[in-house]
Amino acid sequence: MPKLSTGAEIVFKCLEDQNVEFIFGYPGGAVLPIYDELKNHSSIKHILVRHEQGAGHAAEGYARSSGKPGVVLVTSGPGATNVVTALTDAYMDSIPLVCISGQVPTHLIGTDAFQECDTTGITRPCTKHNWLVKDIKDLSKIIHEAFEVATTGRPGPVLVDIPKDIQFQKAIYSKPKSKKKLNGKRHNNFDQKDIDELIKLMSKASKPIFYTGGGVINSGPRASVLLRELVDATGFPITSTLQGLGSFPGDDSSFLGMLGMHGTYEANNAMHDCDLMINIGARFDDRITGKIDEFSPKSKKVHIDIDPSSINKNVKVDLPIIGDVQDVISSTLKTIKKAKPNFANSNKQKISKWWEQIQKWREKKSLDYVNSTETIKPQYAVQRLYELTKGKDTYITTEVGQHQMWAAQHYKFDKPNRWMTSGGLGTMGYGLPAAVGVQIAHPKKLVIDIAGEASVLMTMQEMSTAVQYNLPIKIFILNNEYMGMVRQWQELLHDKNYSESYTAALPDFVKLAEAYGCVGIRATNPNELDDKIIEMLNTDRPVIFDCLVDKQENCFPMIPSGKPHNQMLLGPKDQEQNKITGKGKTLV
Amino acid sequence: MSKSAYSTPGKKGKFDKHIIVVWVDNEAGVLARVVGLFSGRGYNIESLAVAEVDAKLNISRITIVTTGTPQVIEQIKLQLRKLVPVHKVADFKREDKNVIFKEMALFKLVGNISKRKKAFNACKKYNAVLLDKTNKSYVVQVTALRREIDIMSKNLKKLGLVSVSRTGAVAMTRGAEIFK
Repeated sequence: MPKLSTGAEIVFKCLEDQNVEFIFGYPGGAVLPIYDELKNHSSIKHILVRHEQGAGHAAEGYARSSGKPGVVLVTSGPGATNVVTALTDAYMDSIPLVCISGQVPTHLIGTDAFQECDTTGITRPCTKHNWLVKDIKDLSKIIHEAFEVATTGRPGPVLVDIPKDIQFQKAIYSKPKSKKKLNGKRHNNFDQKDIDELIKLMSKASKPIFYTGGGVINSGPRASVLLRELVDATGFPITSTLQGLGSFPGDDSSFLGMLGMHGTYEANNAMHDCDLMINIGARFDDRITGKIDEFSPKSKKVHIDIDPSSINKNVKVDLPIIGDVQDVISSTLKTIKKAKPNFANSNKQKISKWWEQIQKWREKKSLDYVNSTETIKPQYAVQRLYELTKGKDTYITTEVGQHQMWAAQHYKFDKPNRWMTSGGLGTMGYGLPAAVGVQIAHPKKLVIDIAGEASVLMTMQEMSTAVQYNLPIKIFILNNEYMGMVRQWQELLHDKNYSESYTAALPDFVKLAEAYGCVGIRATNPNELDDKIIEMLNTDRPVIFDCLVDKQENCFPMIPSGKPHNQMLLGPKDQEQNKITGKGKTLV
Repeated sequence: MSKSAYSTPGKKGKFDKHIIVVWVDNEAGVLARVVGLFSGRGYNIESLAVAEVDAKLNISRITIVTTGTPQVIEQIKLQLRKLVPVHKVADFKREDKNVIFKEMALFKLVGNISKRKKAFNACKKYNAVLLDKTNKSYVVQVTALRREIDIMSKNLKKLGLVSVSRTGAVAMTRGAEIFK
């Protein structure tokens, strides 16, 4: 007679067989049997957060920086509803999460029991799939399937809801089985014909561009290596979305910088004027395309994506290639090497005019700002942080807002999985708990959350988690006392009516740091900034760095949403030179 | 609208009527997933019919009548195929001559015998079946197209129609082939 295990034991056996090392969670009534079982499984370490949203974002940070799925454990009712933001965030940014939630006992489901909520109903639209386990015999199969769904194809979050009585009941544990794709869902659906067509388009193009996204990162580190080879083999310029940063070296001469609403002048103009756009693992998000009807009007568009529903969702493309980025680039490189070994050189002449044009756009220096000797400009703070941490293999997380865009513009990444930011959902409060998860995955590495003072207060309680587990994360707050991006839009688009965007009472972040038991550092002027950053880097404990920056600074360049790529607002330097008149004025 | 340059909608394409057939695992919540996908992404549902068709394999067949631009219809199919319990998705244009569409309706008619007989005769060309009769009433079943049932239920009002119950459309291709 095979050994029977309780539901709680089965949960841990599944996690062990899925090679899970860490779970981020918070106990409560409906998961107590699982928490009771924790002590018997020494290979799995539980990280106790201070709020379930923090558990979700920490698991996201862990997943993004390690390439492994993040695991979350929460109780029923409020435990589950608190994690919804993080699940939605992971769904939008395609991050593999497995969330296990407790549920009231099966006989109480539907009776409005204490801490009952319809967890699978609430999380249905923000997970790839979810399960309510009604029979203990299904439990091991469901958890293994949950890992499979979360990590294959376009990754994303899943949830398994386990009623408390199921956690006590006994059944035989079954190991994961390698099986054929779920209901015939295949991930690579391209053939050599598509690759040949791509290469045909590439050799015809005189104004080509690679537009790469988070799909390259999700495809694994090998995809980033291959992407570099592909750019070398073609000589084409490359731009990246917010989520794709790091898949290609930020300081390489082929890299035009980030594109989109706060992307560089050269990247956006190149997207607008190109004759061949090769989208690799990006999804034509509205912050990227601007006005759809005027998006890159003259180009042939190729879209490489693992998710068939991404094709033609926002922008109609000429050549869809459905597959894992790594496999598609690999096939493309093989074919180029075989059919056109000298492609880059033979093509140089043809695209030289294009590069000249790009050079002209570059000369605009669209990321420039007017520096000051009195106040710290936020861009300057990010630049100094970059210069002082370069070469340290630093992991950066961010919150959401101006500081996030400045970080994306001025911090240069040269490796994938080093940049964790909430792009799709735009979740303020993401960065601090994400940094906790990143530091758990990489205990020896430098992990910095580039934060805004408004965002970071949303999940500030997780500092307590960082202190508990000796995680020396650095919270680098660009403090302008405003919800900066809201203030910027109000200034530019709502007649400077700064409605509720100023925080009239902020905590003293240095004292707050001390209260949490970590280190607080404040920088108030540019002269002391470097020393203070170095002090932060030399501190082997969690640090809250309160960097007091210019309160009025705006994030440029900017495409007002609903405008095409070639109608950008540039920074103050450019505005002074070309007093905005006529057409320019109608934009704001 | 304020000066604020929020995104404005792009050009809209022409709307077509389509019948989407979805084969799914018959499990708890599967209909909610399908319907939630439609409401969450702003797609239309004109009618919906669902029932288990294979008890052994536990497969249900969902037939949805929807309208949308070609791009939206394409998205509906691709999004449906991503759902874990979905096996396959078929899509037929309403005008497709190769596909049979049918809806069923039950009419309750109350009134004197001559009115009821007149009503029943009017139903005859739609495979009318008299399911129940009393000395005051008839219950009549018809199978027909949506617009035919629309017309019938309008016309029968004056002949004593007091209650209508109707299903969503179901569809099947003509000939020997089945959809793979």
